[in-house]
Amino acid sequence: MIQLENIDFGYSKKRLLFENLTLELSRGHIYGLLGKNGAGKTTLLKLISGLRFIQNGSATVLNENPALRKPQMLQEISFLPEELYTPALKVNDFVRAYAPFYPNFSHEQFQNYLTVFEHPDPKLKIDKMSSGEKKKVLIAFALACNSKILIMDEPTNALDIPSKAMFRKVMASVATEERIVIISTHQVRDLHSLIDSIIILDSGKIILNESAEKITEKLTFEALEDTANATDILYEEDSVRGKSVVRENTTQKETKLDIELLFNAVMLNKAKIQQLFNPKK
Amino acid sequence: MDFRETQPIYMQIADWACEQILLDKWTLDERAPSVRELGARLEVNPNTVARSYDFLENKEILVNKRGVGFFVASNAADKIREFRKERFFEEELPVVFKTMKLLGIGMEEVVKMNF
Repeated sequence: MIQLENIDFGYSKKRLLFENLTLELSRGHIYGLLGKNGAGKTTLLKLISGLRFIQNGSATVLNENPALRKPQMLQEISFLPEELYTPALKVNDFVRAYAPFYPNFSHEQFQNYLTVFEHPDPKLKIDKMSSGEKKKVLIAFALACNSKILIMDEPTNALDIPSKAMFRKVMASVATEERIVIISTHQVRDLHSLIDSIIILDSGKIILNESAEKITEKLTFEALEDTANATDILYEEDSVRGKSVVRENTTQKETKLDIELLFNAVMLNKAKIQQLFNPKK
Repeated sequence: MDFRETQPIYMQIADWACEQILLDKWTLDERAPSVRELGARLEVNPNTVARSYDFLENKEILVNKRGVGFFVASNAADKIREFRKERFFEEELPVVFKTMKLLGIGMEEVVKMNF
């Protein structure tokens, strides 16, 4: 459904951000897109949704070239950006202006999501709302579009504690087999039970793109009292129980994926972990 | 549910489902919650719940009736005990023995506890 093949992209002609990047995403998954600040996460999302254009290679999104921005493709993409677009419109006027672009938009769902997120004051103009309230409106809008591709850049930032739980509930119920959800986030603790595939981007390169199942098949995440006698440690950090450790999984037994540990392990041991997942290369 | 344990989430959900069955909250003739319902309730990716159900089907604890959903198998309780027993001896008991060794507790002392 989303295919980037050997693409190049840079904001300046002299320095490319992405060089020869390849990425394939398929329906029925919630992808967690992780990377440090400046790794290129938001740019990648913009290339997928036709907000920026690749310079070389090929991009296919829902069988279309996103740079052509065809309506039949755009109406199937909802993009919740990190920096929200919040015009001086009342919620009803906002919906009246933008919902017609999305043929599957459901007004009933939209109202329902506002209620679920307990939006305190939907009568205000959007630009006068607090950042959490703005976010609630725009998440509700993005969900109500019922699009095949749902892209969310830091969706839980600014959400209050009950809304984060509601967000997870709602996302678990809208993640259908026909849909691709991509969530770019630093808040992995908010979302770890929701994400089933992980993409790690570093300095414009895809370091990892694997399902959670595959990751726990290859790696174990454990707490050890001490690591003096432990072998194959890819990453360790101090924790209350001694050390939190990432190791190569040499057994059939799976442990619980710890996304933060995984990310740190990948940053520290890129080559080794990549080799573990792609032994051919 | 709290997913902070070291067990993978799909296994924690499978355990929770087994508990529902042993407590008679999921009964024989009733359809188990759908993958989507349970995903939303537990705030978990439906693919993860699907994996738990696959696992339980494999252990013959749930039965998949195509097009209808998952149902509790007629001898589910026996199957659950079987699989939990296996896990107790393979995983849980070794941890207990390790602690006993660490604290210098002998078997006689445990037997005396008379649980």
